[in-house]
Amino acid sequence: MTKKVLIVDDDPDSLSLLKFHVEGFGFETITADSQKEGEEIIRQMKPDLAIFDLMMENKDSGFILSYKFKKIYPDVPVIIATAVTAETGMIFGLDTEEEKNWIKADLYLEKGIRPDQLHREINKLLQL
Amino acid sequence: MEKLKVLVVDDEPGIRSGIHRILRNFSVGYPFMEEDFQFELIEAETGEKAIEIIESMPVDIILLDNKLPGINGIDVLEYISKKQYDVQVMMITSYASLDLAVKATNIGAYNFIPKPFTPDELKVAMEGITKHLFLKRMTRQLHKEGKEVRFQFLSVLSHELKSPINAIEGYLQIMKEKQVGDKIDDYEVMISRSIERLKGMRTLIMDLLDLTRLESGKKQREIKKIDLSEITKMAIHSIEPMAIQKNVRIYYDNGEPCYLNGDSAEVEIILNNLLSNAVKYNKEGGQVYVHVKGTDDRVIIKVEDTGIGMTEEDQEKLFQEFVRIKNVKTKNITGSGLGLSIVKRLADLYAGDVQVTSKPDVGTSFAVTLMKNAETTDTILLQ
Ligand SMILES: Nc1ncnc2c1ncn2[C@@H]1O[C@H](COP(=O)(O)OP(=O)(O)O)[C@@H](O)[C@H]1O
Ligand SMILES: [Mg+2]
Repeated sequence: MTKKVLIVDDDPDSLSLLKFHVEGFGFETITADSQKEGEEIIRQMKPDLAIFDLMMENKDSGFILSYKFKKIYPDVPVIIATAVTAETGMIFGLDTEEEKNWIKADLYLEKGIRPDQLHREINKLLQL
Repeated sequence: MEKLKVLVVDDEPGIRSGIHRILRNFSVGYPFMEEDFQFELIEAETGEKAIEIIESMPVDIILLDNKLPGINGIDVLEYISKKQYDVQVMMITSYASLDLAVKATNIGAYNFIPKPFTPDELKVAMEGITKHLFLKRMTRQLHKEGKEVRFQFLSVLSHELKSPINAIEGYLQIMKEKQVGDKIDDYEVMISRSIERLKGMRTLIMDLLDLTRLESGKKQREIKKIDLSEITKMAIHSIEPMAIQKNVRIYYDNGEPCYLNGDSAEVEIILNNLLSNAVKYNKEGGQVYVHVKGTDDRVIIKVEDTGIGMTEEDQEKLFQEFVRIKNVKTKNITGSGLGLSIVKRLADLYAGDVQVTSKPDVGTSFAVTLMKNAETTDTILLQ
């Protein structure tokens, strides 16, 4: 069975690039372009992996989405992707214990990651 | 010159003394740092010794080998992050595998340097980690001083600048590797999307320039008697090409002179933003009505459109920096979300205000009030 990857990103280009590559890796994709739509989808279906953009309607949309997602599917891996880096002072890494407890992501990726790297990370999370 | 304490943890004396030599006369400076940083080195040959040192004195940066005789580097790292020390860690290791990299970064290492490294590689890595340390401490400081707003602005800004870069880079990479075909036509969508994103970046930069102008303070303002009507005509003229493309007509009522004391470039920015929004968020074949009116002490600029409008909830957020309303109707419209925040700040400068009334699918009306003489006293004081 082809694995299903849910991708939620409000940047249309980032979304279509992610979709393009993830499908290129041989997965099926389901996409949404807002936190709101993402929440609707996760209520209806269970993907095998999820990739959430961080800043959508809210600055921490990705965290919220991932939190809600993990409440329903604790075993499904979540990747949070973002264009923001620690360099800019917005410290969004899973730095403190508190954050780690609240932010239920398995991996935190900077956007602009090379497709082959992304592929490797996904395979690792899916234990392929 | 500030000194940063660097703890080098490595069991090989050669590496320790090598690092010592490279960093002895090295300093790191950045335009935004007030002073350069130099490094003062402390050495430890084991992880246990390292922890002892960290316990006994404040350390700023740790260069940490993973493979050590007793406990290994990752254990030291774990200890540091558990205790939440204010220190940045760079891993040095000959086994710079991705696994270890991910693990170490997850626990809180800032970056990696594979062994063996050249002096230049070490210097570049030290620059990176120093900058990071500085920014992190500065953020904390700014939080304390209640300045996070500005910093927040920079973060969002860098996000807004990086997103289009990532998109364009992603598309170019696919094109470079000819991933969807050999013909240029196969990439038509990617090319137009890239052009669109570049346009967006240009808008953002233009808006930033307007903001810079605002922030640079009063020195550069040129306050004199200006005719608002004249400026309105100019602004309409410059927006016309965009309006024609969308088949939107702009009507301007009388054109009678209307004077105030102000900076014409600032007033132009207000008009440009209101007009470009009225066209951008209009419907194909829609209209824009511009009224300019003066009373005894103030002028009122009103820009009305027959566009997509917005809900009351949306209207409340409008004037915040980087706020853009996201829905199906605005999906393909580019913008920075800075325009109205600039308009608001300019209106404040003229002791005025901005009012908005809007109805979804019917249209929007913005009214900007500026006091005619808000700036005259200032000008006199400046002379
Ligand atoms: N005339 C208008 N009609 C409908 N929506 C508008 C209008 N002007 C502004 N808006 C909404 O307000 C948001 C903020 O406007 P602005 O600060 O000028 O940013 P930008 O136009 O760059 O997105 C826009 O994204 C848009 O959703
Ligand atoms: Mg605008």
